[in-house]
Amino acid sequence: MIEKNTAKEKLYVQDRSIVVPGELLAEGMGFIPSKGIYRDGELIRAERLGMISVDKNVIKLIPLSGRYIPKVNDRVIGKVIDVLLSGWKLDINSAYNAVLTLKDASSEFIAKGENLTKYYDLEDFVVTKITKVTSQKLVDITMIGPGLMTLRGGRIITVNPFKVPRIIGKEGSMVTLIKQKTGCNIVVGQNGWVWINGEPECEVKAVQAIRMVEKQAHLQGLTEIIKVFLEAK
Amino acid sequence: MVYKKRFDNRDWEELRPMEAKVGVVPRADGSALFKIGKTVAIAAVYGPRDLHPKFLQNPSSGILRCDYNMLPFSGHGERVRPGGSRRSKEISMVMENSLLPVLDLKDYPNTVIDVFVDLPQTDAGTRCAAITAASMALADAGLHMKDLVSAVAVGKVGDKIVADLTYDEESYEEGCTDIPVAILPNSGQITLLQMDGEVSPEDLNNALQLAKKVCKQIYELQKKALKEQYKQ
Repeated sequence: MIEKNTAKEKLYVQDRSIVVPGELLAEGMGFIPSKGIYRDGELIRAERLGMISVDKNVIKLIPLSGRYIPKVNDRVIGKVIDVLLSGWKLDINSAYNAVLTLKDASSEFIAKGENLTKYYDLEDFVVTKITKVTSQKLVDITMIGPGLMTLRGGRIITVNPFKVPRIIGKEGSMVTLIKQKTGCNIVVGQNGWVWINGEPECEVKAVQAIRMVEKQAHLQGLTEIIKVFLEAK
Repeated sequence: MVYKKRFDNRDWEELRPMEAKVGVVPRADGSALFKIGKTVAIAAVYGPRDLHPKFLQNPSSGILRCDYNMLPFSGHGERVRPGGSRRSKEISMVMENSLLPVLDLKDYPNTVIDVFVDLPQTDAGTRCAAITAASMALADAGLHMKDLVSAVAVGKVGDKIVADLTYDEESYEEGCTDIPVAILPNSGQITLLQMDGEVSPEDLNNALQLAKKVCKQIYELQKKALKEQYKQ
């Protein structure tokens, strides 16, 4: 008969506390470590800088910093950096470049030998979706789908990719709020690139709001703070 | 061969006043400043990013590239020639070796993590300060790490085992042994151990015990600095 030894199980951190790599989080086999946390015998330790969230016996770590790592189905903003023989190479603010093939570029027929810069030229920014990431991080993207388009006008800002969920908010609440209050058109890429288009003063205001969210992403009740900020002046 | 009192009036096991700060280089992916006495190290981490030349790429893991650099005006009046030297090349290598055991770069094939450490002001213990700052900067860059790395120089000056030697102590005329040590504070494992001078096995043991003890103080400071930037 297996006896459960609960006396040895102990949690050393609180919910929403910041931890550093190697920090002791809990002791005992009853806890389940998730991504970014590792087991060292009976001990459970953090593997990267982040914020802890404890859900019963599952310990989760929400990363707070780092570069963007491509993931399938992410909607990202890319910049065309090269035109290939049969496609385009895009910078997606990551260590790895993405390749857009002719098949995925347009629903139109693109004839052989056609001038590809007619569709996407160098330095163009596009909203795109990642369709495939291999083990060696070769990234395929597509332009066919709702909301995927070339970006014209406006400005691009870079934010910490791990703060993107906060900028978008629960069911898009935060970004919708900023859009409504400033009247700007905003696209937030999962890779940390944000496109803002509108009247110049409104764009500046939107950038300030996004920077505020990025800076205070670990705080609670942020939507209210941003609302007050946007309604002032 | 009696060393009666330390030149700066510290206790034998006392470290110089320390200061640590994270996020000092806004454009870098991670950065940190570590100051111990008059030695100042600034570390900046860039990456994971594309690695060129391509033949250096490793398809099964990312690689770590360290660059240790003492600024020309950093030393004791003697001007350090700018750029790389035999010494800086060696220290860059030992830094890589002391930081790699904690890093997990399997998720970033074919890429590089660049760590640049510059020392605007030095008074011995530079490689240890560089490693301590670099480990904070790597954590700040959000990389997967088993533990932080804390480093300190211990040694024997005259007949005394001391922690955190200054330049004056390193050049003590009646003999000095300098032992830079890098330690993983949670497991107590050693990732850097060098020695300049002579020491008996017992003294080496005592020195290492002392290093383990004082590294805890450095570790606490590193932890505090990393958490401070997210203070509510």
